[in-house]
Amino acid sequence: MNILVCIKQVPGTTEVNIDEETGVLLRNGVPSKMNPYDLYALECSLRLKKHYGGSVAVISMGPPQAEAIIKEAYMMGVDEGYLLTDMAFAGSDVYATAYALAQAIKTLPDVDCIICGMMTTDGDTAQVGPEIAEHLNIPHASYIKEIHEVHSDHIEVTMDMDKYAAEMKIKFPALLTVTSTIGTPRLPSYILGKKTEDKIVNRITLKDLNDQDPDHYGITGSPTQVIDIFPPDHTQISTTWEGTSKEIASNLADDLIHRKIVMR
Amino acid sequence: MAIIEIHQQQGKDLEEIAEVCPFDAITIIEDSLVITEACKMCKVCIKQYPEIFSLEEETSRSVLTDRYKGIAVIAEHHEGDLHPVTLELIGKARELGAPLGYRISVLIIGYEVGTLAEELLEYGVDTVVLYDHKALKDMLIEPYTNIIEEFIEEYRPSTVLVGGTSIGRSLAPRAAARVHTGLTADCTVLTMQPNGDLDQIRPAFGGNIMAHIRTPNHRPQFATVRCKIFDSPKKVEVKTGQIITKRPTVQQLKSRIEISSIHIKKKITSIEDAEILVAAGRAIRTPADMALIEKFAEAIGGMVAGTRPLIESGLIDPRRQIGLSGRTVKPKVIITCGISGSVQFVAGMKGSELIYAINTDPEASIFGLAHYRLVGDLYEIIPQCISQLQRGL
Repeated sequence: MNILVCIKQVPGTTEVNIDEETGVLLRNGVPSKMNPYDLYALECSLRLKKHYGGSVAVISMGPPQAEAIIKEAYMMGVDEGYLLTDMAFAGSDVYATAYALAQAIKTLPDVDCIICGMMTTDGDTAQVGPEIAEHLNIPHASYIKEIHEVHSDHIEVTMDMDKYAAEMKIKFPALLTVTSTIGTPRLPSYILGKKTEDKIVNRITLKDLNDQDPDHYGITGSPTQVIDIFPPDHTQISTTWEGTSKEIASNLADDLIHRKIVMR
Repeated sequence: MAIIEIHQQQGKDLEEIAEVCPFDAITIIEDSLVITEACKMCKVCIKQYPEIFSLEEETSRSVLTDRYKGIAVIAEHHEGDLHPVTLELIGKARELGAPLGYRISVLIIGYEVGTLAEELLEYGVDTVVLYDHKALKDMLIEPYTNIIEEFIEEYRPSTVLVGGTSIGRSLAPRAAARVHTGLTADCTVLTMQPNGDLDQIRPAFGGNIMAHIRTPNHRPQFATVRCKIFDSPKKVEVKTGQIITKRPTVQQLKSRIEISSIHIKKKITSIEDAEILVAAGRAIRTPADMALIEKFAEAIGGMVAGTRPLIESGLIDPRRQIGLSGRTVKPKVIITCGISGSVQFVAGMKGSELIYAINTDPEASIFGLAHYRLVGDLYEIIPQCISQLQRGL
């Protein structure tokens, strides 16, 4: 089975700050890392390869520095890595990101399965995977918690929804997003790191894609626009309720209802 | 969709005009100014030379806002019950749509869900569009997306609201991509401009940043919202809406995914997974005391947990112990009852999002951590709180 894993470079911490005057995201000095949820997608793929054979490749869209996470994927045992990078992609929202990735995936050798992490820690949207699948016109299933068996033309999985779990058969080619119950990610190997030190990361740019119209990518290709970013209201609640038991009980009951902890 | 139009001027220094662009996106071809794809829409040229450059977007925008009106909610249901988030979204849709005179439609997909369609009308929905078919009993991504696409083509809603559930978070992006529009996930604030533009505010970076997002040139505007963000609406006295029953086509029902079996999840049994916890401490001494705590937990839909002394006295199951030698919990809400707040206990619950602490001792160390400090006797406060909550129901 040939697998492609979509990975993303994210800030090393979610503790980011905003310059209150300019509204600019202060990311200076914060080191980057691979999106932690992508590690589960990689682990899952490498285990499938061990069991069923085939290959595992990774693709990432980002600036040239994102090469670092592809090198890291090599150190985990990934066979091939692609970095989709072009100034034309700057400022992409979910739609434009998924479109660019889908365009790039169409230029790669055919894969049976695309596996993504369930979300990223910077955007928190969990949308890119399903949108890639739509742009590629292949079925997708989110929140896969277990893979049971791989057949020549389909895969058997369990999808974990809020209120139920569904055992399903999905025809190839397919896209899955996996949860953290899929298996503990391995650490990058020093030996593999030495071996893959000079292994190249394949670059894909706009001119390699079928659709080379720059208006379909980046800010102009993005239906959503960020009007403004601002820090959340972090006012720490610190309230003392004193008085008669009845008053305190009443404060508590009102607050529980107001916060929709108790529904009425 | 906005473009910069050039009104060519003769006898001017074109090179000097082209220089104004910070992205070198203005070039001169055969004595005429041309804007290249390097344009970032910064509009500096319009500010500097308004007689030459102008922004042309009104035509496309008015076409969009004329063609797409109303607000749609994609309903979610489970085992014969509407999901609470669906009702909350209907309430928000009515609030957003009222000033614009927008109609509210709800799309419900499933099998034998006609009674749920009737129920939706009770919340003031104008049109319920019902797709009822055996093959649609459980969420299948391809048929469900096909139906949402048809619904959007026929009803042209300006905004589509979807619950931020595991189903909604899989379905909404697929549907939004299908109709080539934008989607904003997990919105916490939604307001609407008089022109129908939806102002969407959502947290990013794990809640450390809030982003204000618009989808100005695409319709519909998709947004997902998690449960309990908005209020449930009251039922209307007179139902005025109608149900439109649709039949899915064979083509729409085609699926490359086949569900083999569905397992309904049991109620949460571990304190780590509980969203609401009532934690009992040393002030609870007898089984009768414990019964009060259990009654309170039931009244607020929470689970009972406890400190180590209560485990040792046998009042609470060891699997419900919070602390260094027990479990670490991060519930949305924890109410500690008669707990002083030892270091060992606090280590197991300090990640809780909202902490209410009840203790008679105003100096109790748990008060240093609590968001709400209830200084008083839990045996008086809790019974009165329970009766007040039950009276309200």
